[in-house]
Formats: sequence, C-alpha cells, structure tokens
Amino acid sequence: MLKCESDLGHIPSGCAISGIFNRKGKRIDGNKIIKSIALMHDRSNGLGGGFAAYGIYPKYKDFYAFHVMFDDEESKERLECYLAQHFIIEKDERIPTRKTERIHNAPLLWRYFVEVDNKRLDDDVDKEDHVVNEVMHINSSIAGAFISSSGKNMGGFKGVGYPEDIAHYYRLEEYNAYLWTAHGRFPTNTPGWWGGAHPMTLLDWSVVHNGEISSYGINKRYLEMFGYKMELMTDTEVIAYLFDLLVRRHKLPLRVATAALAPPFWKDIDVMPAAEKQAYTALRMVYGGALMNGPFSILVGFRGGVVGLNDRIKLRPMIAAEKNDFLYMSSEEAGIRVIEPDPDRVWAPRAGTPVIGLLEDEV
Amino acid sequence: MAVTQVPPEFTVNINDRKCVRCKRCTNECGFDALSYNKEYDAIIADDSKCVACHRCTTMCPKFAIRIEDNSLAYKANANFSPTHRKNILKQAETGGILLGAMGCDLPYPIFWDHILIDACQVTNPSIDPLREPMELRTYLGRKPDRLEFDGKDDQDIFKLKTELAPNLKLDFPLVFGGMSFGAVSYNVHKSLMMAAQRTGVMMNTGEGGLHEDFYQYRDNVIVQTASGRFGVHADYLNAGAAIEIKIGQGAKPGIGGHLPGEKVNEVISKTRMVPVGADLLSPAPHHDIYSIEDLGQLIFALKEASRYKIPVGVKVAAVHNIAAICSGIVRAGADFVTIDGFRGGTGAALKVVRDNVGIPIELGLAAVDDRLRQEGIRNQASIICGGGIRQSADMIKAIALGADAVMIGTSALVALGCRVCQKCNTNKCSWGIATQNPKLTARLDPEEGAQHVTNLVSAWSHETQEVLGALGVNSIESLRGSRERLRGIGLDEKTLEILGIKPAGR
Repeated sequence: MLKCESDLGHIPSGCAISGIFNRKGKRIDGNKIIKSIALMHDRSNGLGGGFAAYGIYPKYKDFYAFHVMFDDEESKERLECYLAQHFIIEKDERIPTRKTERIHNAPLLWRYFVEVDNKRLDDDVDKEDHVVNEVMHINSSIAGAFISSSGKNMGGFKGVGYPEDIAHYYRLEEYNAYLWTAHGRFPTNTPGWWGGAHPMTLLDWSVVHNGEISSYGINKRYLEMFGYKMELMTDTEVIAYLFDLLVRRHKLPLRVATAALAPPFWKDIDVMPAAEKQAYTALRMVYGGALMNGPFSILVGFRGGVVGLNDRIKLRPMIAAEKNDFLYMSSEEAGIRVIEPDPDRVWAPRAGTPVIGLLEDEV
Repeated sequence: MAVTQVPPEFTVNINDRKCVRCKRCTNECGFDALSYNKEYDAIIADDSKCVACHRCTTMCPKFAIRIEDNSLAYKANANFSPTHRKNILKQAETGGILLGAMGCDLPYPIFWDHILIDACQVTNPSIDPLREPMELRTYLGRKPDRLEFDGKDDQDIFKLKTELAPNLKLDFPLVFGGMSFGAVSYNVHKSLMMAAQRTGVMMNTGEGGLHEDFYQYRDNVIVQTASGRFGVHADYLNAGAAIEIKIGQGAKPGIGGHLPGEKVNEVISKTRMVPVGADLLSPAPHHDIYSIEDLGQLIFALKEASRYKIPVGVKVAAVHNIAAICSGIVRAGADFVTIDGFRGGTGAALKVVRDNVGIPIELGLAAVDDRLRQEGIRNQASIICGGGIRQSADMIKAIALGADAVMIGTSALVALGCRVCQKCNTNKCSWGIATQNPKLTARLDPEEGAQHVTNLVSAWSHETQEVLGALGVNSIESLRGSRERLRGIGLDEKTLEILGIKPAGR
C-alpha cells in the first residue's frame, strides 16, 4: 500500500493549518494545538491529518530522529539492515500509539535515533547532505519503508484520519514542544496513504500547507537540478525541499528566501531604492524556478523557529496573533481564539510577507 | 515545343465586367505577371509568373481579380505526387538545384498542434489578468547557481554580494529572429526595430550588418555575426544589446547562405562592406571554427570586443544531436543559445536541405532543456527557440517546454504584409519586404509596419496573460519549463517521453 499515491501523480488538496510557537523555547504539551486544529474540522475531510513537534526528544537531541512507516515486518528488516550499514543507531523503539476508533490500517510505526558514521562519510560530503541523500535513497529504493521525518529533536506524526483522531492515536498530549504545527487535509481524491499526509519533512524542516502550488511542474524540475527527488508528488514536499535548498544549502537569509518563493511584483521592485531593486531583481532572475505560484498558506518549522508565508496575492487565508512569548498562526482566527481568547495582537499577514518567529536562545 | 513543360501553379482570372482597366494591378505585380493589352483593351495574365502573393487582388479597387490553383488533373499516384513530377521536370530542364524560400512547407507532424494546455478548476483558482498583475518580464543571459547576501535575519535590508553577468531585459519573451539587411529591406529592418523598441522585445539583425541609421535602437537589437562576417566591425559589435554568433539556421543546417548579387545595391554594399553586385556566399562552416574549443575562443573574442558588457549567444539549427551540441555551446561560454527548428524560415535555401534536414523545434527544445538540466547547467544560458512559431499558443507551449524566449521571423513578416508566397530569393517581392528594388521597398511604410508588428506583439502578450491567468499563475517564470501543465494528444509514447509530457487524460 505504501507510496501508492505517487502513482496517481500530483494530487491537489485544500486544508486547515495551525501553529503555536514559543520564542523562549518553553515547551507546552499537545492539548492546545489539538484543540485549535480540531476547531477547523470542516476544513479537512478525514483523509489526512498530522503534526510536527519541535523539542520533543531532549534526551536524544543530537541524533537524527527517523520516524518510519513500514508496510510489514519484512520491510522493517530490510531498512534496519540498511541503517546498520550506513548509520550508528543509538536507540530504536515503536512509536507509542493507542487504539482509536476512527483510525484504521495504520502502518507499523517505528523511530530510530541515529548518528552519521563519520568513517563512512566522504571528505567532501556535508553531514546533512548525506542524511538528505540517504533519506531520499531509502524512500525511493527500500520497498515498504518510508521515512516520514528525519530531523533532530523533532518529529512528524501523521496519518489518514481527522487531525484530532491522529493526535489521539499518537498520544500527542504526552509530548512537550516549543513549536507545534498541525494540518487537516482535504485531498481531492481518496488515496488513503499515511505518508501523503502533512507535515512533509526533510531534516528538521517541516511543512504544513493549505493550498496548491500551480507552479509545481517547474519547481520540481528546478529542484531536480540540485539532486532532489520528488517521491510523494505533492507540492508540499516541494516546499520543504525549496526551504532546504535556499536556506540550508544556499544560505540565504530567511527573509530573502521567502522573497524568492513569493517575490514582490516587478512594478513594486522597479520603484525600490537602487540597492534593494538590484537585490530583488537578481533574486527573481536567479530563483525564478523557485517561485511558488498559486494559492498557498504555509507554516514551515525548523530547529530555530517557524515561518508563516502566503502566496503573492494571498489566495489562501492565514491569521497571526501574539500573546507574551507565544506566536500563533492559523487558517482561521477562531483557531487561535479557541486556545488564546485574549491575544495581545491579531493581524492578517500581507500577501507574500513572511511572519517569522525565531528562538531567542538555542534550545 | 513548349518553353517549359512545367505547368503554372496558379491561374489568374480577371473579371472583365468588374475590371475598369485602371491598370493598377500591372504596376503592383512585382513578378510582371499582369499586363494591359491595348488591342483587346484588357488585362492579360501570364499565369506562369503568378506566385499567389495577392498584391493585385488586394490592390484592385474593384476586386476583379481571382487567383486559383491551376488544378490540373494528374493520374493518381501516392508515390509520384504532382510535385515530385514537376520537380523532376524542372531539374531535367535546368540541371540545377531546386531553390526555395521561407520555411519547410511539407506536412511533417506539427507537435504544437498535438499539445494541450492545462487550466485551473476549483482546487486552485484562476487569476484574472484584467484585475491582477500578470508578469511577462524575462531576462536572457547567464545566471549564477545561487546568490550571496550580506545581512542577518533580523534586518530588513540585505545587500547583494553576487555580481551578475549582463542580461537582456525583455518585457515580453519574444525576439524577432535574424533576417539580414539584404534578404529583407531597409524598411523591414526599421519597422521591426521600431516595434521592438515599442514593445520591449529584441530584434536580431541577421548576418548582414546594421545600417548606421539604426544604431539608435541599440537597446533592442541583437547583432549577429555569421560565417561571412558581413558588416562586422568593432562599432557594429557594440551597436546592440547582445551579440549572436550564427552557426546554423533551421532552414539550412550545415550549409551557408547566399545573397544573390542583384540584391547587393549601394547601401547593402556599404553596410555589408562588400562590392556592389557581388554574390555574397556565407561559407558553410565558420572558417575559424572547426571544433567546440574554437567556438569558445570566438565567444570570448566577442566578449572582449564588447568589454563583457553584453551577453554573447550562439544560434544553431536543431539537428539530431542538438542536446549535446547545446551543452557544449553552454560550456564554451555562451550566455544564450538560439535553437532554430527545421521549419524555420530563410530568404533562400536548397529545397533538398530545407525539406529534409534537421528536426522539429518542439523535440529539439525539449531535448536541450532536459540535457542542460541533467547536467545542472540550465541556469548558465537562456534558450531562445524558433522555427515555425505561428501564434501565441505555440509560444506559450514552447515556454512551458522550457524556452526562455521565442523567436519569430515569418510571423513578423506576415504582420508586415507578407503572404508567404515563398519567393524571397527572387528580389521581386510585391510587398516590398524581401527585395531591394526601390520601387517595391517603398511600399512598406515603416511607421505603418511598426504599428502592425506592435499590434501583433501586443495581441500575443494579452493572450499569454490570459492563458497564464487560466493556469493560475501570475508570472512567466512559473510557466517556463513547467511541462506538468502540458498534455499530449495523439502522440506515441516515445514522443511524449522526449517532450517530457503526459498524454491527455493523465
């Protein structure tokens, strides 16, 4: 059953998203994010729900936490055999779940805390590039095994079902995180594949996404030029890889990266002061293949914080709010007020303008 | 015995009751097919000279002239068509090479007509170009793999550290393909340059140099240098916004050019720096390019000559191995590659080459874009493609297949009045386009011509914006190379694979 979705080609979907972030790195349990995404129940159709949580594995924070979905015991054996050859496995365990009425056909869920074996690393290969390559290789080549998240001190929890049921299934109220993002999916067909739910992750990047990237075709081909393999055929995967390429590999400042993904219009660039005009013009010339066109609102989580971003003409909703150290972002204002009835500030971020929340100190 | 055994292609019928004997048609026909006969007080047509250019029918105040196919019945033969038989007769009479002008007119598959474009429905909204910005601006030239900035995430202003190579800015991804001064008239060049300036596109000079009067259009001109080096000097190389080395042309890959001496008048001679009346033969190869490293040297010689201020590109005909050829060109330092498909036009070509050599631009373009991406060098050069672009739809499909910009030659000439009669090589063009005969060239008013071409570009631009809007994107870079938005219809699996598109229904 795994990966059947990719055979169907690119699948559009509508959705709900929500996120809670604490700038001070204070960890909260999963109850609030569950309440927020559950309120927007009608924005999803039970064919996908998921969460990303950061700061949940303090004991293993220096290890890559691989969350893996298996078709069966055999595929688990295949993967473990491969992992043993390419990584040092510190610990592995079944991901705790509980019986949940509306969750069926779950894959075998396991997590591995691993370290890259330096002896196996070529001199010229960056450690994180190595992990990216291995994850891509495993997901495309090891039958029945799918790594659904691979970052440090973070994890993606997702599956087929409404997000609140998925949360119940994964016992998310038992985890503590400084950043939570959530997603309720409304795909426009019925693939019912657990790996196809959001968040999409790569290293510690996670993306929850409401919308459809109409420029998917060229974004995919652009990323392929840099060695990325699109396994899932979803535009959300493309977003995660674009952030990885622009921010981690090309080292663009976050604001610049978001300006490449949802750039200002030429009419606005043309009237900017000279230095800014030059920078934005160059950005559009060089990163045209990374421009994400079409309707989207996304929350991108990473080790150091979170970015909320809308498309350049804001074709999908997103509301942001602040209360003390907390930053909230949600498809609907109600999704925030249900967990924070009295925010200090509520605003609708402008089209193409990122909302960036950064940790004040490293966690 | 008859003068020739080859029957006329057309018959010209003059309606005696409508005709007022104004004799205008006799003056309008560039091919001397019509004359007034005093004895019969009638216009008499020499059918053998008629090329169906429609000048007479357009200018006749009484619409008294009709041109029809001279539809002689031939004994049916699916192998020896009437065309084959006539060609053999012609060659039997003359012993010569068959010449043709403009692009290949044979019924090879036209893949544009087997490609369909996507549109948004429900899951992603379409965008209304009348209400929202719709961006078509395109930069042609070398781009770096990545950019570097100074600045931190908590600052709003970032300083760009990377220095970019010079690029051409186009308001619409269109270029008027190289048509030389000599092949076409001064007024054609002027019309195209004015239109390019007004619409923010580029006009390629072709290989015949640039008349000094036109140096004022430098921001919208690509100067070409070909194997004959006609009109190439230091000022010329710096008289445009880019330089193009022409290696090949879609209508005649692998062979040189030929401008008959009749077309080389005083002003052509001056611009091209050759004697009046001399037959001008561009050699088949550049005599200083016998391999890719030689091309690299020429590219950098031209960059030196233009002080690295403008992009230098290379034009080639689409042939079987075009992907590898273009990869080599990019690696040799070209900032853009112009690929001309086998349906591309010409002022004169051997029919045997025009009609049988090369490959369609759709396949050549797809193969080149794929190869450059596989090699990770797609950003190092822009792709301009042409050779049979007839409408905005062809252009939109070309960009979705991977072109940065599209070039048009024939379409621009048709906007100027050309009827595609394919007699450019005769110097008799009744529309004053492909001729140097002053009586004929005066027929094209550059102001009017520029307006018509401007209108065409503007119409295509509106159509492109509408299609982008239907696709739910508001910027041309989201269409460029986005083959996911194309589907093939009636194509075999291999062709779909080469084009990199799925069949309709998938």
